[in-house]
Amino acid sequence: MCLGIPGKVVKTYREHDVLMGKVDFSGVLKQVCLEHVPDVQLGQYVLVHVGFALSKIDEDEAEKVFEFLRGMDQLDELEVPSPDVGPP
Amino acid sequence: MKYLDEYRDQDAAQKLAAAIAQTATRPWVIMEVCGGQTHTIVKYGIDAILPPDIELVHGPGCPVCVTCLEMIDRAHAIASRPDVIFCSFGDMLRVPGSHGDLLQVKSRGGDVRIVYSPLDAVNLAAANPTKKVVFFAIGFETTAPPNAMAVWLAKKRKLTNFSVLVSHVLVPPSMTAILQSPGNRVQAFLGPGHVCTVMGNSEYEPIARHYGVPIVVTGFEPLDMLEGILWTVRQLEAGEAKVENQYSRAVRDDGNLASRKLIEDVFEICDRKWRGVGLIPKSGFKLRYEYRDHDAERIFEVSDIETHESSECISGTILRGLKKPHDCPAFGKTCTPQTPLGATMVSAEGACAAYYAYGRHLTLTSEVRIRKSKSDGATTDRHVTVGS
Repeated sequence: MCLGIPGKVVKTYREHDVLMGKVDFSGVLKQVCLEHVPDVQLGQYVLVHVGFALSKIDEDEAEKVFEFLRGMDQLDELEVPSPDVGPP
Repeated sequence: MKYLDEYRDQDAAQKLAAAIAQTATRPWVIMEVCGGQTHTIVKYGIDAILPPDIELVHGPGCPVCVTCLEMIDRAHAIASRPDVIFCSFGDMLRVPGSHGDLLQVKSRGGDVRIVYSPLDAVNLAAANPTKKVVFFAIGFETTAPPNAMAVWLAKKRKLTNFSVLVSHVLVPPSMTAILQSPGNRVQAFLGPGHVCTVMGNSEYEPIARHYGVPIVVTGFEPLDMLEGILWTVRQLEAGEAKVENQYSRAVRDDGNLASRKLIEDVFEICDRKWRGVGLIPKSGFKLRYEYRDHDAERIFEVSDIETHESSECISGTILRGLKKPHDCPAFGKTCTPQTPLGATMVSAEGACAAYYAYGRHLTLTSEVRIRKSKSDGATTDRHVTVGS
């Protein structure tokens, strides 16, 4: 229910004095209310819930888990078991 | 898809699981609050790659599941009226009320429609001026901004034929209720990432401090969840109890200030009854008086309804993290997604529906069996593989 999907803003316009936009979800375009991310730029990613953008995706912060994983690689001290059960 | 696929990498997931295993020295019980996170755990088998001592219990964060029976019955009464177009998110259509579900109301002639967004319902009201368009405004704080925007916009556009049946619930009071409940086992929380995109993190700090529980605001992809679990276990092992934000790519400390202001303008906090849990004080939103002309409960006078709940369903104990779906004798037998006895079997985010969808009614993992044997003191046959 609290599903939020990241999508790229490809167009903005105003409708009934509310900021709206077209957002691209891997080729599927949806109309999204952008009123609460008013400084969003074309090409930026927003997190969309039921046709409403809740926040912008912060590109630098999005990298952090991968920085952490690279740090783990450098430490090279974790024994990763070969999984017999894992994600599909 | 950018910002999704890269967070589903299996090798990275195994590394994080290994880090969790190296960090954990004793058993811990962690609750993921949000139903979306429950879905991710079951879909990707995250619980199966964790060390056996880390137990994930599933929380009440599925609004479809916790919308109280009285409100479902009110929705059915309104949707049955010939002058109404009743709009809802798709998940709500199969939630059992006292006398069937919204799909059955539709089959009897009710004009029930699924909408993608509450703003679509506003446009439907503009296009159908002779009809009363009612939107079933359920959800946690995540859904409050779009629902508030729909009401605000309808008032601004003078659409007097648009109203909302509000059954909003709030996460922090439910966490407090779980921590205060007798027999509580939860020692830490994965916080609800999307709720916090709206509300920020500050509401969780008094809970972490007062109850001594770590709360890590966590995203919804497998790597998010594993990193959130790692941070949680680190805190537990260190004896810490603070709020951390794993989902920083979407969550700011203050949340979304414009959304919070709109919520404050349109809604006020009220007591709310949760299905399977009971009344939790100050745990919901209702419309402010200024928006009474868009309040479906007031317009249609449906407050006096007698309800009948299934006696078999144990969803209340599942929503509080006390039991798991396969502890229910009806699970996968008399209760399936085709014939749900309770809402946790309806929504994709309900724990019962997630377990059923990914085959756990057929094969219970050894990990579940081990945990059950630990908690019971002995392994019992009914927790060993059943069915195929």
